Amino acid sequence: MTARAYTAKPASSLTEAGWLGTLGAWVLAIAWILPLLYALWAAFHPAEYATTFSWSAPLTLDNFVAAWHAAPFPRYFLNTIILVTGILAIQLFLCTLAAYAFARYEFAGSNVLFSLMLVQLMVMPEILIVRNYQTLSSLGLVDTLFGIGLPYFASAFAIFLLRQTFKTVPKELVEAAQMEGASTLQILRHVYIPLAKPTYLAFSLVSVSHHWNNFLWPLVVSNSVESRPLTVGLQVFSSADQGIDWSIITAATLMTSAPLLIGFLIFQKQFVQSFMRAGIK
Amino acid sequence: MNINSKQLQAYLLLLPAFVFLVGFTHYPALATIFDSLMSTPRAGRAPVFVGLENYQVMIEDPVFWKSVTNNLWFALATIPLSMGIAIFMALWVNDKIAGRSFLRMSYFLPTVLPMIAVANIWIFFYTPDYGLINQALQLFGLKSQNFLGNPDLALASVTVVAIWKEAGFFMIFYLAALQTLSPSYREAAQIEGASKWYFFWKIQWPLLMPTTIFVLVNALINAFRMVDHIFVMTNGGPNNASSLLLFYLYEVGFKFWDRGYASALTMVLLAILAIVGLLQFFLLDKRTHYR
Repeated sequence: MTARAYTAKPASSLTEAGWLGTLGAWVLAIAWILPLLYALWAAFHPAEYATTFSWSAPLTLDNFVAAWHAAPFPRYFLNTIILVTGILAIQLFLCTLAAYAFARYEFAGSNVLFSLMLVQLMVMPEILIVRNYQTLSSLGLVDTLFGIGLPYFASAFAIFLLRQTFKTVPKELVEAAQMEGASTLQILRHVYIPLAKPTYLAFSLVSVSHHWNNFLWPLVVSNSVESRPLTVGLQVFSSADQGIDWSIITAATLMTSAPLLIGFLIFQKQFVQSFMRAGIK
Repeated sequence: MNINSKQLQAYLLLLPAFVFLVGFTHYPALATIFDSLMSTPRAGRAPVFVGLENYQVMIEDPVFWKSVTNNLWFALATIPLSMGIAIFMALWVNDKIAGRSFLRMSYFLPTVLPMIAVANIWIFFYTPDYGLINQALQLFGLKSQNFLGNPDLALASVTVVAIWKEAGFFMIFYLAALQTLSPSYREAAQIEGASKWYFFWKIQWPLLMPTTIFVLVNALINAFRMVDHIFVMTNGGPNNASSLLLFYLYEVGFKFWDRGYASALTMVLLAILAIVGLLQFFLLDKRTHYR
């Protein structure tokens, strides 16, 4: 079978997926987006069609309206947006400084500090929830958005990615800037940061999607509407059920994921590339 | 500028980030060792040193052992299956294939969506009688199953969701690696008339080894920290059949408020991560990935 394929199309046999591969790939893809397809079906149709499928089912937006009013979702959205942008802004600032130090300075203990920094890639704050919760309560920050964000302000991943990028900045450019009398921080601001734009975009996408989705730590820290992000709000909403209403739950689910979903469809290429860049290293 | 002020500048640049790294990673990890040897503070009673008592409790705790075994099965199933599926996905979308960008999007989509949200949809899939999977089973004349309510099926059901979530993520790393392989390998194999499988096993697979180890380390870490869907789908039940270590840690720490015991459980997770770290150190050429 393979041998015959060669004689027919020798030049492309290793770059083209055969019919079996194509079939397998499509079956898997459909299985993979089925949950989303179902959510779209149930959310946009009246409740009586949520579990039965009929082409004649009328479309409706009522489920979204009902879900929106059934829980303080506007507040949850606001909380999540503040949380995600706040964390990102602080991460970019702190990690740029640290990455710059690791990339272009020679100092005693740099290897040790670098290794200590990498520990966070394995031991994420959610593993240490018990102790971190104590830290937070001794700072009086339980049930605040600031408290939810605090453990994530320094990201080893960001420092690592930026350091790799800064290392590729040509020395000649830096020397030219030095000749013109630029200070170290000016060089960072005007040479390194502009050249690292793609890395900043890549990390931002990863950070925003991670913190939009984060659940366990915010669950532990938040216990009121004022500090609850969407994920925790959704969980409170869907577990306090008065008999399961699939239409409203799927509508709330889609609402919660919609900004990421839309963002993903717009930035698809950058999204995939940013994860890929992280993978290549 | 003299050497010393240059050094000082470096330390100042690192300081803000390290305040947080130390405060929320290194300090809590070390403090947990100490906490695990102390009793839990109760109303008006400060924690006292109890030695290994929390560990003694742990050894005698059947729910702990259940969570450990569950977590090991969870890891044993999610890691090879998600990695295996990821390789297939990557090989497919790396080739010329009909609908390539749609395929890529479908595979990767679960990665970006909140686990807590998509778990709601999976609950519907698993619902007895009218759930999607049971509707399909009945179509073939099979008996309807209560996937999440049956202790024999609950763990497997949440494992499937984890595989679904992870495979597309790992695919990206494999795809990245495949795209950096020199096309000359492919050309040489083409001239030799190698089959697709031969080309994969003899050339691509060995060259992908560093990626496989990198993905393996990530998969191992994730197997011990991915719990969001447990909260929505089973709450660890029925009868702890789907409880995982981090989930149990949460219950002990924040439902029973037993800080001492929760710290001992945290030590178990830290020990597992330390083993993964050592594994990575010995398996991975540090130069290729971290330098």
